Amino acid sequence: MVLLPLLFLVLNAGHAGWHDVFRLLFRRLTRVLLVNTVELAVGVAAGAAVLGTTAAWVIERTNVPFRTAWAVAIVLPVAIPDFVVGYAWHSVAPAVRSFGGALLVMTLALYPLVYLPVAAALRRADPSEEEVARSLGLGPVKTFLRVTLRQIRPAITGGCLVVCLALLAEYGAFEIVGFQTFTTTIFGQLNGFDAAGASGLSLVLVLIGMIVLAGEAGMNTRGRISRVGGGAPRRGVRRRLPTKQKLAATGVLALIAAAGLGMPVGTLAYWMVSSHATTLPGSSVWGALGHSAGYSAVAGLLATLLALPVALLVIRHRAAGSVVLERSTYLVQSLPGLVIALALVYFATNFAHRLYQTSTLLVVAYTILFFPLALICVKASVAQAPRRLEEVARSLGERPLGALVRVTLPLVAPGLAAAFCLVFLSAVTELTATLLLVPTGVQTLATQFWAYQTNAAYGAAAPYAAVMVALAAVPSYILTMWFDRHPAEATR
Amino acid sequence: MSVLELHDVHHSYGSNRVLDGVDLDVEAGSVTAVLGVSGSGKTTLLRVVAGFERIETGIVCVGGAVVDDGRRSVPPERRRIGYVPQDGALFPHLRVGANVAFGLGRRFDRKSVRSLLDMVGLTGLERRYPHELSGGQQQRVALARALAVQPEVVLLDEPFSALDAALRASVRRDVIGILRERGTTALLVTHDQDEALSVSDRVAILRHGRMVAVARPEELYRRPVDAGVAAFLGEANLLPGKVEGGGVVSTCLGRLVLQDGPARESGGPGSFATVLVRPEQIEARTRNAVPAGGGIPAHVDERLFFGHDAVLRVRTSGGAEPPSALLVRVTGPGAPAPGTDVLLVVRGQVMAWPADGREDALELPGPGG
Repeated sequence: MVLLPLLFLVLNAGHAGWHDVFRLLFRRLTRVLLVNTVELAVGVAAGAAVLGTTAAWVIERTNVPFRTAWAVAIVLPVAIPDFVVGYAWHSVAPAVRSFGGALLVMTLALYPLVYLPVAAALRRADPSEEEVARSLGLGPVKTFLRVTLRQIRPAITGGCLVVCLALLAEYGAFEIVGFQTFTTTIFGQLNGFDAAGASGLSLVLVLIGMIVLAGEAGMNTRGRISRVGGGAPRRGVRRRLPTKQKLAATGVLALIAAAGLGMPVGTLAYWMVSSHATTLPGSSVWGALGHSAGYSAVAGLLATLLALPVALLVIRHRAAGSVVLERSTYLVQSLPGLVIALALVYFATNFAHRLYQTSTLLVVAYTILFFPLALICVKASVAQAPRRLEEVARSLGERPLGALVRVTLPLVAPGLAAAFCLVFLSAVTELTATLLLVPTGVQTLATQFWAYQTNAAYGAAAPYAAVMVALAAVPSYILTMWFDRHPAEATR
Repeated sequence: MSVLELHDVHHSYGSNRVLDGVDLDVEAGSVTAVLGVSGSGKTTLLRVVAGFERIETGIVCVGGAVVDDGRRSVPPERRRIGYVPQDGALFPHLRVGANVAFGLGRRFDRKSVRSLLDMVGLTGLERRYPHELSGGQQQRVALARALAVQPEVVLLDEPFSALDAALRASVRRDVIGILRERGTTALLVTHDQDEALSVSDRVAILRHGRMVAVARPEELYRRPVDAGVAAFLGEANLLPGKVEGGGVVSTCLGRLVLQDGPARESGGPGSFATVLVRPEQIEARTRNAVPAGGGIPAHVDERLFFGHDAVLRVRTSGGAEPPSALLVRVTGPGAPAPGTDVLLVVRGQVMAWPADGREDALELPGPGG
C-alpha cells in the first residue's frame, strides 16, 4: 500500500507521454532547481549540524544553569511549522528572502532534528572513552574532535539526512521567501494545469530523496560504535566551566533560542496584538481547529494501528519479506507530502472519483505520509518488549492472544502513544498535501493561515498559526520526554 | 516414575542440526542438570520441552502425556511447565505481586501470593516493581511466579549465570532448597560444571546435540564415559599409558591400579590407554619426608594459590621418559613453593580408556583448563 503512490506517479507521467516528460526534465529549469536544492541542502545541513551539535554539547556536557529550561526552549521550534517560521521572518523583515532567506529560515526551523539525536547520543556515549583519551595525553579539544565527535557522528549524519529530507519536502517556507525549488515549481505547474510536468519533476524529487536515503544506508554500515565487555555504562560527566565560559555558553543558547523560538513566537504575538482592531470571526479559528485536530487524530490512530503489526513482524521475524516491508516504508519517508498528495489526486480522479476532495482521502494521505514516523516509535517500544516475556506468559498458561494483551501491549503502550503524538503533531502542521487534498469548503488551521498569509494579511493569519503551534506544542513536549527515556532509539 | 521423557528428539534450525536424537528421563521430585558448552543445544532442549520450539521427530512427554511427537504439538500454555529464563524475565510493567499472580488468573488470591513470596524469602515486597529489586531477588520472584501454577516440572535456563559470583552461590542454594522442599521436579540447564555437580541429583551431558552421559554427579566425576567428559567435569591430567597384566597401567607417574572400566575390560596387556588422574589424586611430598624410592621426582613450576587449596603446575624430572606437565592439588597452607622439588604419589585407582578409542571430545581444555 505504501508503494502505490510511486506507481501512480509513474502512471501519471506516462499518461502525458514519456517524450514530453523527458523534454521537460532536461531543460534548463531542472538544472537550476537541482543546483538550488543541493546548495540549500548543503548549507542548511551544515548550519543545522553546527547549531544542533553546539546546543546539545552545551546542554548535555556543561554545567550551564537552567539546563532543563534550555533543553525545552531549544527543542520547541520542532513544533513550529517551517512555513510559520518563514512567515515570522519575512513579514517583519522583508529582506529575508531568496537563497539567504531560505538558508536562515530552514536552518532555524530544522536544527532541532539534529539536536535531538545528538543530545541523546551524548547522553548515552560511554564517558570512559573520553577519560581514556585524556589519560593518553589528549587535551579537551582534541578529545572532543577525535573521540566524542566520533561517538556522536552517526547521530549527526542521521539528523542531517532527516534535515535534507524535510528540506526536499518543504513548500510553504520557500514560497514565502520566494526561493524556487522543486516543490514551488511543481505547485506552479499544477496551478497551470500542467500535470505531466508536475509528475515529471516529482519523480526527480523522489529520485533525490532516494539518493539521500541510500547515502544514509551507506553511512550506517561504516564506523559502528561497539561497546566491549560488561559493566554498566556510566553517564557522561558535566564539565565545570569557569564563570566567563559559562556566561558565553549561556549566551550561545540564548541566541539560538531567541532566533529559533523567540522570533517566531514574538512575531505571532506582535501581529495578533497589532491587528486586534481588525476583528476576526473568532469562530472560524475554532472551526479550523476542529478540522485540523479531527483529521490529524484519525490519521494518528490509523498510522499507529497499522504500525503495530508491521513493527512486531519486523522486530520478531527478521525474514527477508519483513525487511523489504520495512525498507519500503522508509522509502515513503523520502517522499514529500506533495508527491503523495499528487499521487492520491491522480488515483482519485482516475479510479475513485467519489473520494476526490473528501476528508477520507486527506486522512489517507496523512496516514501514508506519517506512517514511517509511527513505525519508528512503535518499533523502538516493541524492542523493549522481548519475545521471551510472551513466552513466559505462555508457560504460565496464557494463550497467544492473552499474552499479547496482558504483556506486550502494556509494554508497547508508551510507544503507541508517542507514535500517535508524532503523527498528530506532523499532520496538524502539514501544509503541502493539505492544500491539495482538503475537501472543498473546509478550512484547516494550516490552509486558512496560508490563505491569509498569501494575501499579506499577516495579522489575520497570526491567530491560526498561534493555535497551530499551541496544538503541536503539547505532543512535541510529550515526545521530548519519551525520547529522553529511549535515547537509544532517537537516531532512527 | 518419570515426569519428563524425551525419546530420540531431533530439532534443527534450518540446516543446522541442534538436537540429534536426544533421550532423557527426569524422575519425579529430582533435580536434573543438563550440562554443555554454549552451542551444545541445551537451551534448545529446554525450549523444546517448554513448547516454544517444535521437534522434527521423536517424542516429548510431560507428566505422562505426549506433548510433541513431531506431528502434533501441545501449546506451551497447556503443558503445565514452569519456566525460569536466564535473567528472570519479570514483566516490567507489573508489580511483584502481579508477576507472581500472573498465571493464577481468576484463582488469584492475596494469600497464596503472599505465601509464595514468603517461601522465596521476599515477604512484603508485593508492591515493588521489578526494577526496584536486585538481580537475586528478581530471580526468586521468577521462581515464585513459575511455582505458582504448580507445574509438573520447572525448567531453569542458566538462572544464576547473570548474578555475580558471591550472590550466585547463595541464590542457587536458596532456589534449589525451595525446589527440594516442595518436591518439585526441575530441569536445570547450565554450562557451569561446579553448579551441575553440586546441586543436582543427576547430570546429563549434552554434546553436539547428543546426550553423551546421564548419571549421578559423583559417578560421572569418578567414572566419566570418555576423556572429553572427564576434562569437562573438572581439572584432569590425561596421561598416555600402557596396560600391563593384572589391572595395572604404567604411566609417567609409575604403575597405577585401574578401576573397572573400558581399558581394564577391553584393553589387553600391551595395549595403549589414556589414563585419567585427577589433580587431587596426586600427593606432592617434599623430598626428605618420604623414604628413598617412593614417588616420582618432579619440579614445581608454578603455584596458583586459592586459599582453601592450591594447584601446582609440576614437571616430572626423573628417568628416561620425557618430562610431562601435570596439575597437582594440594592443601592451601604449606603448599610447596615454585622452584622446589617434590615427589609425586598417586592415591587410589585411576580411570582409563583404550587409547585408540574415540576421543572426539578433546575440544575442551585438558590439564590446566
